[in-house]
Order: sequence, then C-alpha cells, then structure tokens
Amino acid sequence: MTATHLLSVADLGTDGIEEVLRVTDSFVEVSARAIPKVPALRGRTVVSLFFEDSTRTRLSFEAAARRLSADVMNFAVSSSSVNKGECLRDTVETIDAMGVDALVVRHGSSGVPWQVAGWVGASVINAGDGAHEHPTQALLDCFTIRQRRGSLEGLRIAIVGDVKHSRVARSGVLAFTALGAEVTLVAPPTLLPPSLEGWPVTVSHELDPVLVKADVAYMLRMQSERMTGSLLPSRREYTAGFGLTRRRAALLPDGALVMHPGPLNRGVEIAAEVAGMPGSVITSQVANGVAVRMAVLYLLLGGAG
Amino acid sequence: MSATGAAVVRGGTVVDATGRRRADVLVVDGRVAAVGTGLDVPTATTVLDASGCVVAPGLVDLHAHLREPGFEESETVETASRAAALGGYCAVVAMPNTEPAVDSAAVVRHVQQLGERALCQVAVAGAITVGRAGRQLAPMAELAEAGVRLFTDDGAGVQDALLMRRALEYGRGLGVTLAQHCEDAALAGGASMHEGEWSSRLGIPGAPAEAEELMVMRDLALARLTGARLHLLHLSTAGSVELVARAKAAGVPVTAEAAPHHLVLTHAEVASYDPVFKVNPPLRTAADVAALRAGLAGGTIDAVATDHAPHPQEAKELPFDQAPPGMLGLQTCLAVCLTELDLPVERTLALLSWQPAAIAGLADQHGGPVAPGAPANLCVIDPAATWVVDPATLASRSTNTPWRGRTLTARVRHTLFRGEPVVVDGRATR
Repeated sequence: MTATHLLSVADLGTDGIEEVLRVTDSFVEVSARAIPKVPALRGRTVVSLFFEDSTRTRLSFEAAARRLSADVMNFAVSSSSVNKGECLRDTVETIDAMGVDALVVRHGSSGVPWQVAGWVGASVINAGDGAHEHPTQALLDCFTIRQRRGSLEGLRIAIVGDVKHSRVARSGVLAFTALGAEVTLVAPPTLLPPSLEGWPVTVSHELDPVLVKADVAYMLRMQSERMTGSLLPSRREYTAGFGLTRRRAALLPDGALVMHPGPLNRGVEIAAEVAGMPGSVITSQVANGVAVRMAVLYLLLGGAG
Repeated sequence: MSATGAAVVRGGTVVDATGRRRADVLVVDGRVAAVGTGLDVPTATTVLDASGCVVAPGLVDLHAHLREPGFEESETVETASRAAALGGYCAVVAMPNTEPAVDSAAVVRHVQQLGERALCQVAVAGAITVGRAGRQLAPMAELAEAGVRLFTDDGAGVQDALLMRRALEYGRGLGVTLAQHCEDAALAGGASMHEGEWSSRLGIPGAPAEAEELMVMRDLALARLTGARLHLLHLSTAGSVELVARAKAAGVPVTAEAAPHHLVLTHAEVASYDPVFKVNPPLRTAADVAALRAGLAGGTIDAVATDHAPHPQEAKELPFDQAPPGMLGLQTCLAVCLTELDLPVERTLALLSWQPAAIAGLADQHGGPVAPGAPANLCVIDPAATWVVDPATLASRSTNTPWRGRTLTARVRHTLFRGEPVVVDGRATR
C-alpha cells in the first residue's frame, strides 16, 4: 500500500485489497498468541477521533493499535471542546500538532475524512463517514468471506436493506466486486440510492428469489428512525418483506453465509435464531476486524519508526 | 477623477445594444458628453486607455447577497461593491435575506444609505413575506414607495401557492416584479447537492431537479393567472429552461436568469467534498449545463446573474452537509462568461447589462446605448487579458470562489460609475 490515507475502498483497488488481506493473515496468527502483541508500531501514536457514537469500531481500532504496540489516544466528542463550539478544523489541527501518526476518523457527515486529510500531516483512516464509506468494514467482510469460502471470485452476495443510507453497503459493493463477486442489492426502492449509475450491481425488490441462489446474505442494520415516515410504512412491513426470518434463512443454499455489520436489531432485519445458526459469521466479522485494522495501520504507518 | 470631472476613454471599441464601432468616449459631470473619434477634450481630462478593449454599458447584477446588515463578517455593501466594480458592474440588486430581512422601509433605507458610499449603484430588493417566513405578505406598497422594484424571499421559495398568488396580484397593482427562488422545500428536503449519480455515490442527500421544476411550473401558472411580472432566479435545470421557453411562447410575462457556476460546473465537483462547491440551487448535470447554455443562446434565459453569496472561511470548512450554500461571483462573472461560454461579446453583454437592467427597472440609468447625455456608467473590458483567480486577492471579504486557480481570459480594465473612474487599470480607486 503506497497511499498515506485510507479514505475509500476505491483508493486501494484490487491489488491493494489483496495486500491488506495477505497482511491480515499474519496478524490473525498474532491475535491467536498467548500474548497477542508485536512491536511493529512502537513509538507511533494513533488517535481515534470519533464524532459519532461507535463502541465496536472504536474499540476494534484501539485494540489493533495496541497489539502493534502503538500509543493510543482517544478523542471522545462528549468530553471535548467540540461541545464548546470549537470548529472541526481547529480540533483536528490541534490533535495533529501533538505529533500523531494516524487519525482514525468517524463522523456523521459524508466526506469529513477527506476534509481532515487536507488539513493534517498524519495518515487519515476513514472509520465511517455519513452514508458514504466504511472501508475497514468492507475489508474485514472480504477477509471473513475468504476465510470461509476461499475466494470471493464468482460468489453471489446479496446486500439487503437500507442501502441508501449505508456506508457499509457503499464500501462493500466496491470491495466485493473488486474481488470478483456478483452483488445484488435487495431493498424497496425507497431504501435504494436514487441513482445506481456506475454501480456494478443488480437490483431486486424481492428477497426470496435472491436468497435461493445467494452465497452470502449480507443484512444491513435498519435504523429505527428510518422505519417510520415516508421511507417505509412500518417496521412490521419491512421485516415481512426484507427481514431474514427463519423461514427465509432456510431458502439459502448449503454453505451460504449470513453476515451483519452490527449492532443487530434482532427481530427486525434478522431473527435472533438466524444470527446464531452455523452459517452466521457475525462474530467472526468482529474478531477479524481487529486483525484487518492491524494490517491497515501497519501498511499505512510502514512499521518503520 | 480630474477637477473638471472629465475623463476620456480612448482607443476602444464601443459595444452596446445598437452595435459596435471604434470610438472614444468623453465623460463630463457624470454623463457621456461625446462619442466619436478625434474628440475635443477639455484640458486636465483624465485619460483612460482602452486600446484593444471593449467599451460597454456597465454591467447590472440582478442577484447579489451583500450580507449587510447582519452578516458583516462575510461581506459588506462596500466590499461587495468593490468586487462588483472590479467585475465591471455599475449596479447590483441587493438580496433581502439580511438580518433583519428587508421587509420594512426602514431596512430598505438603511441599505440604500450604505449604498450611497458604494462603488456602484445598490438597488434594494424587498422580501415578499414578513421575515421571509412565507406566512404573511411584507408591506409591499411601503417598500415600493421606498424604491423597491423587485421582490423575493430568495434563499427560499414561497411555498404557499395562495400566498404567492396574492403577492403576484398585489405586486401587479404596484407595477413591481416578483422574483422566485424556485424550490419545493418538502421535495428538496434537507438536500446538500443535486440528486443523482454523484449524490448516490457520495452518500449526500440530494434535491432532484423536479424540486425546482415543480415551483417553476406552479409560478408560471400563477403568472398566467394573475398577469403579474414574474422573474425566475438562478434556473439550474434543463426542465426549467423548457418550461420557461413554452411559457414565453404562450405569452406569459416571465423573465429568467442563470448563474455563471450553473453554466460551467457540474455536480461532479462535489466529489472533492469541498463545501466551496455547495450552492443552492445545486450544481447539476452536464446535460443541465448544456440546456442552460442553449437557453442563453436562444433567448429563453434573459440574464446571467451572479448569486454572489459570500461566506466566511470557517463556515466553508464545516462538513459538507452542514456548510452554508453559496459562492462568490461578482468579480469573476464576466470573465467566466467570456472564457467559458461560446457567445459573442454582444450577446454576453446583453445578458449581463441591458437585459438585466430592464428586469431590475434600472434601464433609465444602466445598460442604455453609449451616447451623449446618457449616464456615464461604463465598463472597459480587455478581452485578451488572462489572469488566474486567487481568492486572497479578490475584493470580497470572503474567499469562497469556485474558480480558485482557474485561468480566465478577459478582464475588466476600467469601470466608470456615474462618471467616476472607480476602477482604473484593474484596480479599485477607493
């Protein structure tokens, strides 16, 4: 990886994704050790800068940085000067001035990591921006699928749910198709982006016929605030049409995987018993997340220092 | 200016609505005294070299946010008027979305007073509704009495069809023009860019072209119903152009403007996530750009208006969805048009000078033929001069220009406002 930032999956390309996955393999091995720690980033400082609540992604990045022996600082918005009216640029430049090597940025507005990258000397890692991208999620998803199925080449992946507002879906489409998978987006039209021009995907408004042929059912989280108002008549109707119920899960071919970026709305987009069935790799996704983020940090910060 | 108040613009080609001719222009006491070659010039006359230049009636901007009162950190009447003069303008229509809004004669007079020291004429537009809140008509007669000729709630469209009907009817009685920011607020719903390929990819909520076109459609119907003069601000979609063309053909009393950024830039610019490219109406598709250009060439669109909208740097460094919409325009508009649009100089000047002067009700002072007795509002344009837009050197108090770093061909060399050379050799004289 020659880039200084990881903002979009598109920055990586197929070769870049492959490289991250190769390096992840070795960090999975590290994570399995009794003392899961290597000195690769000793003396380096990684700051997690989360302007939006996220327990799992923040913890995953921080665990990854610590296992590489980096120093970790955590900027929590609730206790920060952002609440005192400090502007984004001042906040970011102040932290950069402390001499940090990487900023892991999560923000509710699309594009913020691009803005931040223009202001700082540190490497910027996009940990999720608005409804835009979440590259490390897509990378850990690719790793998880490859772990179970050997390769993504030719796999049929159904991404189901609120694609319109999903950064997981946008990064996922880029990564899965770069590795040769065929992606079908499954959602009612109100939950699809208004234009899919240039997206290498097919679309279905019906879940059952897609599940019958799917190698992966990737269920997106359905935010509660989307389930009322003009996007959907009701939560009940969403679950009836697009939830992965036990009946629907039975339609999946043998060996098919069920995935979810978390946190789960059990009973909404996925039934509790489906999340626990053998094809479900949801906990593997979380476990692999740490190793993938180790790989990203290692590749960006070069290990020299 | 010399003590006699005389200046001569020498060596240029005069271009106005009557055509073009090589001529010098002598200006005395704020008026054009003579036009021709070999003019007898009083002693101590200021000589302004116009060799290689076009000498034209000063430009008129139908749409500028001067930000005063209320937002002086972004711009003032004075700084905006300097940018305007440097851009060749001798008159600008000041939009009423100030704080307080221009919804009373007192605020009109306040802005007019600020305009007395300006480097160009400041014509004040009034709000259609009290506080631009879209609920109750502003005292339009009182505002018209104070000199308002154009009414608009710009920044927002009047959403209530009945209220807009009443505004048009009442305005017809006053002989004024109602100008609409066409945007159906519910359909646009919190958008930060054009809805389409790029908004979908970038994960930014978009407003469909139809959010503009629905209101264009509605207001054309209301103009037909009421017979009132309607002006449509900053049209940005191919559909709007088509609707206006049809309405004009049917005899509806409507005029329309387009902004320079909508004639050149597309929504692909937003991929940079730089809020300098956030504007309302948003940058749209290449097909929309082409349709707007065709509308200019074919006469459907009557004016190019800047929608000059200064914002301080810190506001334009917010996340894209939180940053305020708007771009600078006054100092660059003419050069952008001459550089980017394949229009003859005459047509460009019609769109930037005499046609907007007529729409703004300023034709007695601006845009008229360069002839003896006419008010000496002139701009001298060097069509071959190239320059690179540097936000730091623009006269505006803000720097949010979408043309940063762009090389433009054509530059304003001199501007004379009521006979006073307010710009000489590309520099403001005060």
